[in-house]
Parts: sequence; structure tokens; C-alpha cells
Amino acid sequence: MLPATLPLLGMPLPGEGAGVAAEAAGESVLPPAGLALLRWQWHEVEAPYLVAVWILVASLAKIVFHLSRKVTSVVPESCLLILLGLALGGIVLAVAKKAEYQLEPGTFFLFLLPPIVLDSGYFMPSRLFFDNLGAILTYAVVGTLWNSFTTGAALWGVQQAGLMASTVQADLLDFLLFGSLISAVDPVAVLAVFEEVHVNETLFIIVFGESLLNDAVTVVLYKVYNSFVEMGSVNVQPVDYVKGVASLFVVSLGGAAVGLVFAFFLALTTRFTKRVRIIEPLLVFLLAYAAYLTAEMASLSAILAVTMCGVGCKKYVEANISHKSRTAVKYTMKTLASCAETVIFMLLGISAVDSSKWAWDTGLVLGTLLFILLFRALGVVLQTWVLNQFRLVPLDKIDQVVMSYGGLRGAVAFALVILLDKTKVPAKDYFVATTIVVVFFTVIVQGLTIKPLVKWLKVKRSDHHKPTLNQELHEHTFDHILAAVEDVVGHHGYHYWRDRWEQFDKKYLSQLLMRRSAYRIRDQIWDVYYKLNIRDAISFVDQGGHVLSSAGLTLPSMPSRSSAAETSVTNLLRESGSGACLDLQVIDTVRSGKDREDAIMHHLLSGGLYKPRRRYKTSCSRHFISEDAQARQDKEVFQQNMKRRLESFKSTKHNVCLSKSKLRLRKAGRKKKDGSADKETPNGKPHQASNLPDTAAVILAVESDEEEESDSSETEKEDDEGIVFVARATNEVFQEHKVPGSMDVCPSPRVIPPSPTCAEKELPWKSGQGDLAVYVSSETTKIVPVDMQTGWNQSISSLESLASPPCAQAALRAARPRACAPPRGEELRDPLAALATPAPEPHAGFTFTPSLAKAGRSRSESSADAPEQQELQPLMAPEDHGCLSPGTANARWLIQFNRAGRL
Amino acid sequence: MGSAHSMSEEVRELVSKTGFSSEQIEQLHRRFKQLSGGQPTIRKENFNNIPDLELNPIRSKIIHAFFDNRNLRKAPNGLADEINFEDFLIIMSYFRPIEPNMDEEQLERCRKEKLRFLFHMYDSDSDGRITLEEYRNVVEELLSGNPHIGKESARSIADGAMMEAASICVGQMQPDQVYEGITFDDFLKMWQGIDIETKMHVRFLNMDAIALCH
Repeated sequence: MLPATLPLLGMPLPGEGAGVAAEAAGESVLPPAGLALLRWQWHEVEAPYLVAVWILVASLAKIVFHLSRKVTSVVPESCLLILLGLALGGIVLAVAKKAEYQLEPGTFFLFLLPPIVLDSGYFMPSRLFFDNLGAILTYAVVGTLWNSFTTGAALWGVQQAGLMASTVQADLLDFLLFGSLISAVDPVAVLAVFEEVHVNETLFIIVFGESLLNDAVTVVLYKVYNSFVEMGSVNVQPVDYVKGVASLFVVSLGGAAVGLVFAFFLALTTRFTKRVRIIEPLLVFLLAYAAYLTAEMASLSAILAVTMCGVGCKKYVEANISHKSRTAVKYTMKTLASCAETVIFMLLGISAVDSSKWAWDTGLVLGTLLFILLFRALGVVLQTWVLNQFRLVPLDKIDQVVMSYGGLRGAVAFALVILLDKTKVPAKDYFVATTIVVVFFTVIVQGLTIKPLVKWLKVKRSDHHKPTLNQELHEHTFDHILAAVEDVVGHHGYHYWRDRWEQFDKKYLSQLLMRRSAYRIRDQIWDVYYKLNIRDAISFVDQGGHVLSSAGLTLPSMPSRSSAAETSVTNLLRESGSGACLDLQVIDTVRSGKDREDAIMHHLLSGGLYKPRRRYKTSCSRHFISEDAQARQDKEVFQQNMKRRLESFKSTKHNVCLSKSKLRLRKAGRKKKDGSADKETPNGKPHQASNLPDTAAVILAVESDEEEESDSSETEKEDDEGIVFVARATNEVFQEHKVPGSMDVCPSPRVIPPSPTCAEKELPWKSGQGDLAVYVSSETTKIVPVDMQTGWNQSISSLESLASPPCAQAALRAARPRACAPPRGEELRDPLAALATPAPEPHAGFTFTPSLAKAGRSRSESSADAPEQQELQPLMAPEDHGCLSPGTANARWLIQFNRAGRL
Repeated sequence: MGSAHSMSEEVRELVSKTGFSSEQIEQLHRRFKQLSGGQPTIRKENFNNIPDLELNPIRSKIIHAFFDNRNLRKAPNGLADEINFEDFLIIMSYFRPIEPNMDEEQLERCRKEKLRFLFHMYDSDSDGRITLEEYRNVVEELLSGNPHIGKESARSIADGAMMEAASICVGQMQPDQVYEGITFDDFLKMWQGIDIETKMHVRFLNMDAIALCH
């Protein structure tokens, strides 16, 4: 492939064969005639260039495969990659006349394997893993031993029976060696295939755990036999056998110990990275890799070391590192693993083309294929039978079939067979050929058929339901119950020990390894709760523009963003960069629709796109990411979610959009620090000049819109309230209490004071705050949407509004928002009162006829309609309080609470 | 418990009633005696003597469950003051692993039984609903092990869970709809997809270690 591409890259010499040689030759021919304008220095960049090109080819291939859903749903990616490798190898062979770019064992073990193992170890569902540890260990140790012995012995038997060509010169020891390397289930292959099959998690963890843990056994057997072969079978003393058995324990336990030691260091290191967040992801990779290399150096099981390192450190590392680092670790790990996996399979395909290493023997190949399948199945059945005597949840026959069939062999076997010494193992070429066939057969044939098989056998699939809070709670309750029952029964079983371990962990390990702030809030239930909220926030923010655009439209279910929202987003983004504050505009009292819309947008962005903006201002250094911003942002996302989750409780379709946007408005108001207010002010400024003329029209537009709404549907009226739960006997404002509550336990328990934009400060009606509150009573245990109550009032009022001008009804609605508007700090009181005087303005606006208003309304302005309603109305009819008793009652509560929160 | 003959008679009855093997029953009986201090019945105070139980955050709820008449299949509500060995076995039988040869129907019933036990633990006032208040109680107890997580957080978690439960069970709520609490049917719905039978069990066999431990 590469020589073929070199001409395309502009290589001056179209020489076939190794590019380097050609290049070297080319340079020697050209005399250094003065200053060269352009010089090729291929040999200097060759090695990294080749690596990069290979990875690129592999990645492109992956993209191509996934272009067609149909293909990838039937054929596992690993198969496709192997086939691609075969094709590429063929091309290389045809062009270069000799095989190039093979899977080198050194490269494989030192660079390609670690990321995959680390990825699988780190993201291993540890609870599941330890729940099934007994079974996994049995299959990994006993199963692998069984497989290698029986396969080796049976192959030897076949040779003795004369079914192999006489050129296969191997004795029993050679066959046992071959058996040891061919019998181990390969983690890379298993992962590649099983990830696409989605069998139930128990089955998956058993097969996959086995493939990871059997590495220790494979390594030991391989090394022991290899040294026996090198010594010569006659020189092997009985004591060597004993040593062999002992080395099994040394290698496996030693590997695991190395992994755990590094996991400990890793966790401990991340505890102190508070000021250098940027190196957190690096630490994870470095220490895990160091664990791998250390184990490899001490000829312990490196795979086991990395697996244990990943499993062991995850809990503490995840608690210590920042949210961003967590994401970085996750993605880097997945990228590296997927990269390595892709390259491994491709190189496997390419390596197979090299016929010079091959020596075919039909008897050996068929025999091996038959035996590995047969003995794997036999071993699984026997072990499962034994295990089922002890397991409370037995593995049934179908599971056993899948487990036997899922024993895929892969690159580990190939790399090991390449490593054999031909002078000591004369039959190496035969073994290589057989290994390649076995690997291809298992990956391609079994990989292709396992999916239909799983479907046909109706294997219990894993249902990918999202983790729910209830589930987590119940499962925790459950664990405690089971532990308690074991205590009562007096049997110190699994649950007992797990309980003990958790207590030990909580008391000592976590305290030692977790940063104090993280340790304090460390609780699984809390974690799940937090994660769910974050997830909701992200999914919510993802639809940010959509939410706003649909806010004021009469078609709330409008599917896509309106262009208006987008333009204002871009405007806002552009403008927020400038720190200038034009005072003239700050005190400008004219309320334009655009202005308001921009303020809303600003709040929305400051809520939703908090991260990037913060980063701009606070972190110019490459080495430090402001912890402050990070914590604050996490917290905010979290808080938003609380609200959203409560809100999502409610359901009518249009509701969602409307209330969402309002939530956001209110939320956003509390968001920023006062200090940043000056910088934020320019939002919407440039529009003001242009918008001045149609201000009146805009205001009217709101009202006319209102009228349309009231005519068309009742529900939309109610929707404006968003979702509001009110307590029957409102004793406590649930939502508002909750936020501070959650903050108490957050790393930096600082309540972020809401900071309005300057416009909002000066012009209180510009803030859309306080129009939504969520309440759950503490006394009554029933959750009653407030709509039930306000809705009633509104339905009456909307009937009235059919007869009378919309302002009557609007006034009615006004009561709540106004009352709810939280005091914006004491210093703002006065401006508020002072500015309340120009209030009659909107009234003037109402004298215009709705039709006029409509004429003046543009599409883009309409997107801000709904918030405008709330902003304007408080100024219009404060005397209407009386007619909305439930609403106002709530509102008062809110006020009280907000004050408390502020103080 | 009387002579050897009547004992075996009794044991046979218990075997058919609770599904434990006679071996297990004997072992449990030994343990029962140990707990009760030789008395024929166990009272709540007896549970306080189990040292391992002390660290369990929801200890009181669990002990409560042992005396719950609903779990004892005696009355639709209320608490028993003391339980005898048979009651003890009945409670324990909730934690029996499922038999491998059960058919679908039995499996479903077994699953429901187990879930009902759990449900009763949440539903402390026996009205067939887990109300928000009850839910909060449980969550608060669950989190009581961590002194840094305050009541407020526990509440918000419970509230969040309640919301979630409502959205799962009722789906699209009408604006005027009131979600009063999780009924048992809702509870079943929430557990869908989680194989409780693979989780809710305790090994009762091989309990020879018991005597050694205490």
C-alpha cells in the first residue's frame, strides 16, 4: 500500500520496492548543487510517517465500513478489517514482491495491546466482575489449563497416529507449547465481537473476564513450555515442573499486585492535582502504562497488571479528577483502544499474506480446529456443571453454547507463535500457518455466525436501559437487606464480605485516596443522581436554540430552530467577546423586542454555553484550568437539571418547550456573578438603534399573539405556567431549598449570586425571572401540579378574554410573575421602585389595534414573545392580585425563599 | 422443640410450607435459638444483639420487615410483637434462591413475592402506596451512613426518584393529574428488566461456619 501511495505523495522516484532504499539512492544521485529549493527527507520521517499512515488507513477503512449500516450489522468490524488487511497485504505483496508491514510481536505487546486492555479494565463494570469472579477465575485458570493440555496432547496423538505429514517435526512438548498459545481466548477478538452482539451482561462478563484473566495462565504455560523446549525435554528435572506450577502463582498474583500498586499510586497522585488539572488524563495513561511495562519487565502477567490497575483505580480517580479530565480520559482511552484494535486486525490480515512463513499441513490445521472447538465446549460444559453446584443462579445450556462458541482466538496467539524460535521449534512454520487459520476461522466464521446464533437461541440480551435513580436506590436497599439477612442468618457469605469491604473502603481507602471534597460527597446514590442530572442538562443544552425559538411561537412543537434564534445566537456570541460597556445604552429605557430577545438569549447562553465563555476569561494559561469555573459550571448544570427533571414530570407536548425556555430564563438570571455584568451588557446593543422604531409594534405583537392564543387553545395558556407543583399546604419551597442543599455538599459551597445583565439591573422588567417555580410539599405527600389551580382561574379568564381585550387576561397572568420576581439584591430595590413609574407605557401600547401590531411584527421578534409577556405584565395590573389566590400564595413563598437564599 | 419424633413432624410441615430443606431448617433453627437466647420467640431487641447489623444504615427498616404482618402473611397491616420460628422461616424464605426447575408462572410468582417484600419495606403505613414521604424516609436512612450528605440532598434525591417513578409509571401526565405514590403495580413496572431473582437471594446452605462465628 505505502509504496503504491508514495508516487502520489510526490516521491520523485517511482522506484518499486522499499521506499527508503529508493529515496536513499535518489539522494546519493543528486549532487548538492547549491541551495535546494525543495528537499525530500523521507528517511527522517519514515517511521512515524508510516505509523500515521497506517492508522489513517485503518481509520478511513472504519469510516467506509460504517457508511453502510447493513454491512456492519451483519459482519463484525473485526472481520472486515481482517479482510481489508488481506487485500492490502496482497497489494503490498504484488507491488513490493515481498511481504511488508507485518504484525511485529514487539509492537503488538508494547504498543497495541496495552490501550485495549487498559480500556477494558478501566471501563469494566466492576460490580458485575466481582459478583462473577468465581466463575471467571475458574474458566480462566482451569479452563485454559484444560484447553492447552488436551489440545496439545490430542494433536500429539494425531501425529502419532500418522495423520500429519512427516515434515511436521514436533514432539509432545512442542505440541503442548502450541496448545498453550492456541488455547487462550483472546480479549481483543472477544471484545470486538461481543460488543456488537449484546448478550446479557453476566454472560458477557464471564466470557470477557475469562479472556482477560487467562493471560496469566497463557503466559506462564507459554514460558514454561518454551524454556522446557529450549532446555530439551530430556534435561527437564522434576523440580522444574514444580517451579512451573509455582510460577503460575507468581506470574498471576505478581501481575495483579503490580497493577494494584500502580492503581494505588495513580489514585494517590490524582488526589493532589487540584492545581494542575491539565495533566490528570496524562497521569492515568502514564501510570497504567508504567504498570504494564513494569509487569512485562518482571515477566509477570502484564495484561493482568493493567486490568487490575484499571479496575482498582477507577473509583478514586473518577472522584478526584475534574469533569473535563474524566471526559478526556474516556475519549482518549476509547480512541486509543479502537485505534489499536483496528490496526491489530488489519495487520493480522496483512501478515497472513506472507507465504514464506507458512507451511501448510492439512492434518494439523484440521486437527487443531476440531480440537479447540471440541475441548472448549467440553471444558465449558464440565466446568459449568461444577460451578452450577455452587452458583445460586445457574448458567443454563444456552449460556454454555454461547460461551463455548465465543472462545475466539486472536492476535495474542499470533504474536506468541511468531515469537517462537525456529531453531528450537522446527515445526514453527506449521504452527504459524495453523495459528493464522485458527485466528481467521474464529474471528471470521465464528464472529459472523455468533450473532445469528445468539438470535436463534434466544439468548437473553442485555437491554440497554438507562440507569434510573429508582433502580439505583432499590439496588442499594437491596444490598443492605441482603447483607442484613446474612447477618441475621449468621452466614458470612458474599454479601457480608462485600459489605465489610465497602466499610473498610469508606473508612480508610477512600479517605486516603480521595480528595477531601470528593470524599465528602462520595456516595453512589448521589453519584447516579448527579450523573442523571448532568445527562439531562447536556441533552437539554444540546437543544438550546430550539427551545428558545419555539418559546414564543404559536406552534410550540416546531421541530427545528428558527433562523431568528440562530442569528441572535451568533450575534450574541460575537458581541459577548467585547468588554465595552456603552453607558448610553445601559440607561436606555426603551424596551425593544430585539433587546429583550437578546437578553433572553444571553441568559440562555450564559446558562447553556457556560463553559466556553468562562474559559475565555479565566484561563489563559495552558497549564491551569480554573477550578473555580469548573466547579461553578458543574454546579449550575446540576441545578438546572434539578429543575428540568422536575419539569419533565409534566408532559403535554407543547408544555415542554414553553416551560423549558422559561426555566432557563429564570435560571439564567441567577447565573452570573455581579462582576461579570459589565462585560455582558453589550448584548443586544447594536440592535437597539434599528429597533427603536418598531418598539411599540413589538409590544403590541405580544398582545396580539396573546389573543390568538387565547382564542385557539386553552392548554397553551396553561402551558405558560410551565410545570408548577404546589403543595396543598405549602410549607416549604421545595425547589429552592434543594439547590442550596445540594451546594452544601459540593466542593466549594459558595452560592452563586445571580447577576442580571446591566439592562436587567436598570430595567427590572427586562428580566424574565421568577416566573416559574417548582414546589413539592413537605407535608402532604401528594404532588399537585399548580396548573390545576391556576389553570382553573385561567380558563375562566380566557373565557373573559374572548369578550374583552387581551389586556384583562394578561393582567391576570401578571400577578404571578411579578410577585415571583425575586428581589435583585438590596441595592436594586431603589432603581426598581424608581423605574416602576414609567410603567404606563405598555398600556399606551394597547390602544393600538391588534392588526396594526401584527403588521409590525416580524418573525424573528416573535420568538421572544412569551418572555415578553411576563416581563411586561407585572407593570400593568398589580391590583389583580386578588383573583389569583393560589398563584399569589405561591409567589409569596418564593419571595420569602429568595430572600433567605440571598441572605 | 419436643421429642425427636415431633420435631421431624414439625420439620416436615415447615419444609412443605417454606420450601427449605430439612437440613437448612435445622441450621436456621440453631441460629434462631442463638438469636432468641433459647426463647421460643424473637423480639425486636434480640436483633440488636447482632453486632454486624449495627453498621447497616437501614437496619431499623429491615428489622421492621421481620415483624411486618404483611410479610408474615398474617394480617394486611400492623406489626407483630414477636415472631416464632415459623415466622422466621417465612421471612427467610423470601430470600431463597429460585429453583432451577421452575416454570414461567412460578418464576413470576416468586419474583412478585420478592418484590412485595421490598415494597412493604418502603410502604411503611401499609396503604399500598409508597408516598413521597415514605420514600424520603428510606432514602434518608440509606444515606445516613454518610454524614456529609445532608437531609436536604437525601430529600432532593427522593423527590427526583419520585418524579422519575411518576414519569415511568404514568408516562404522560395530564396537568390535573395527581401522582399520589408508587403502587405495587408501578413498583413492578420499575423493576422491569432487572432480574430480581438473580439478585435477591442468600445462600442458606453450608452454614456450618455459623456456630464458629458466634
